[in-house]
Amino acid sequence: MIVDIGIIALKAFLVLFMVLNLAGVLGWIERKGSALMQDRIGANRASILGFAGMGLINTLVADPIKFLTKEDFIPPRGDKFLHTLAPCMALFPALVTFAVIPFGDTLQIGERVINLQVANLNIGILYVFAMGSLGVYGIVIGAWASNNKFSLLGGVRGSAQMISYEVAMGLSVIGILMVYGTLELQEIARGQGTLIREFLPESWRFLKSAIGWLPAWGIFLQPLAFLLFFTAAVAETKRVPFDLPEGESEIVAGYHVEYSGGKFLMFFAGEFAEIVTAAALMTTLFFGGWQVPYLLRDGFHFPWGASWLLPHLAVVLLQVGAFAVKVVFFCWLQILLRWSVPRFRYDQVMRLGWKMLLPLALFNVIVTALVIVAVQ
Amino acid sequence: MTSSMMIFYLLAALLVLSSLMVVFQRNVVHCAMALVAALFLIAILFVTLQAAMVGVLQILVYAGAIMVLFLFVIMLLNPTALEPRRGLSWGFGMLVALLLAGALAALVSHNEAPADPFAATELFGAPESLAKSLFTDFVLPFEIASVLLLIAIVGAVVLAKREHN
Amino acid sequence: MVPLNHYLILSAAIFAIGVVGVVIRRNLIVVLMSIELMLNAVNLTFIAFSRFLGSMEGQVVVFFVMAVAAAEAVVGLAIIISVFRHRQSLDPQEMQLLKW
Repeated sequence: MIVDIGIIALKAFLVLFMVLNLAGVLGWIERKGSALMQDRIGANRASILGFAGMGLINTLVADPIKFLTKEDFIPPRGDKFLHTLAPCMALFPALVTFAVIPFGDTLQIGERVINLQVANLNIGILYVFAMGSLGVYGIVIGAWASNNKFSLLGGVRGSAQMISYEVAMGLSVIGILMVYGTLELQEIARGQGTLIREFLPESWRFLKSAIGWLPAWGIFLQPLAFLLFFTAAVAETKRVPFDLPEGESEIVAGYHVEYSGGKFLMFFAGEFAEIVTAAALMTTLFFGGWQVPYLLRDGFHFPWGASWLLPHLAVVLLQVGAFAVKVVFFCWLQILLRWSVPRFRYDQVMRLGWKMLLPLALFNVIVTALVIVAVQ
Repeated sequence: MTSSMMIFYLLAALLVLSSLMVVFQRNVVHCAMALVAALFLIAILFVTLQAAMVGVLQILVYAGAIMVLFLFVIMLLNPTALEPRRGLSWGFGMLVALLLAGALAALVSHNEAPADPFAATELFGAPESLAKSLFTDFVLPFEIASVLLLIAIVGAVVLAKREHN
Repeated sequence: MVPLNHYLILSAAIFAIGVVGVVIRRNLIVVLMSIELMLNAVNLTFIAFSRFLGSMEGQVVVFFVMAVAAAEAVVGLAIIISVFRHRQSLDPQEMQLLKW
């Protein structure tokens, strides 16, 4: 009993530790990456005796000191309580979402089988969306409590944008749920461990030999859904090209214009935690989660017959490592995107969400349903 | 007192408190935030009643969509004038509410509902059983609900659209 | 396990509080929010009965109540927006053109 609680606490601690640290390092990677892309040196001031430690000095020493020693300003005519509550509400949903994301298969130590996931809920993906939909409060409440016209504009933009893209995001995932037939994220990840040939009927010989050897990842079975999900997820994190709630060249800094010091750091960390969460979701739903292609529980089994057996611990470590690598890759992809494209206009954002993503997502659901009926 | 009782009383006290705040706060945004808290607490109560699916839907639909819409409208209109002081209706409202609460309490104390809950299986409240019920016995209401939502969307757009002269 | 009556009393209390809000508040948005509160009190009753009678129907009904509540909130807010455009006020007592 005590050991079980201890294991859960340890898993929760590890996940939070990794997410928050990755979010912190992303803050440095974003600056360094943007410098690389713009042909500058960038972020090279923070060092101790010339030692910058690959951004460690920045993220561990310079940034916290800078943020936490600044004045914590609350607008005199704003709402003190809600102004303080808002940053917490922005950070909270991004962190609790990670509870249902599996970062590995089961780990067996002696008699004990540990599921490498903090909480295995039978409503997994719905929980993710429920928590994600709470993220908008941080923006709206922060914007209103600041008693500032620019932040109010940012809040109005943010609330409309996030509601709109949540619809498209939810619909884009329906296809995945139909293919794997479950709401549980661990089951979706396990379902992606097989090969595509097991999803195709006997009579489709040509297709079976052409693409049957591919792993049954979401990206191969639902390519359109991935594009829609990726777009909607970027819009949900409110980053370029969807950073209209912030829109620094139009409305100064939007919803967090009146935030400074530690509270601003919480908004900042919340944004990066959202990036990590979005990356983990893309990995889990579309890129096999913790799966390594052709790696089963006892080792590699390649489709051409060869196999290479591995001990249990090595398999688990490989899978957890694969999950981490995929997550970092998608974080990097989002940062790359942020420095490559210009900002949309607001009417373009709305048109993209409601007139492009939503119909395409519906189309994807219908086509998926037809194909599933044809295959059965 | 068992731990489930303690959790229930804690949730119930918080729920009553936040409901009172919805009704008696003068600032509309504070009312809305209190309502969000109340809806969240009700969702937790649903989860304690083995309705996890409905609880999560409650957060998704109410807290995630409907209340954001309320806040959006509040911020869009941004009504500056505070509400006028309570008048005659205040006493009348209290009277009505007390009468209603009394009547409901009297009804509740006379009910013959089972004291012990039905022995729930693992599947009770799971997405599968909810879906089975929804798509077999309740298919017609389900389809009607979808039409209702469509009508609501069209109606809202027509109502809120600015008239161009 | 908490007895059924406790859930019913709690839900009756929430419902009565919602009624107070509808009657005494003079802001249309808060009136609408109080109606949402009443709907949720009813939902709680449905879920409690569903658990104690061991039938999924209560949960399904809550599902439909949510759909209706969403439709009601959307149309209600649209009406509020268009009323506010005409009269710059959210006070229901000022909307009495049909009264004589």
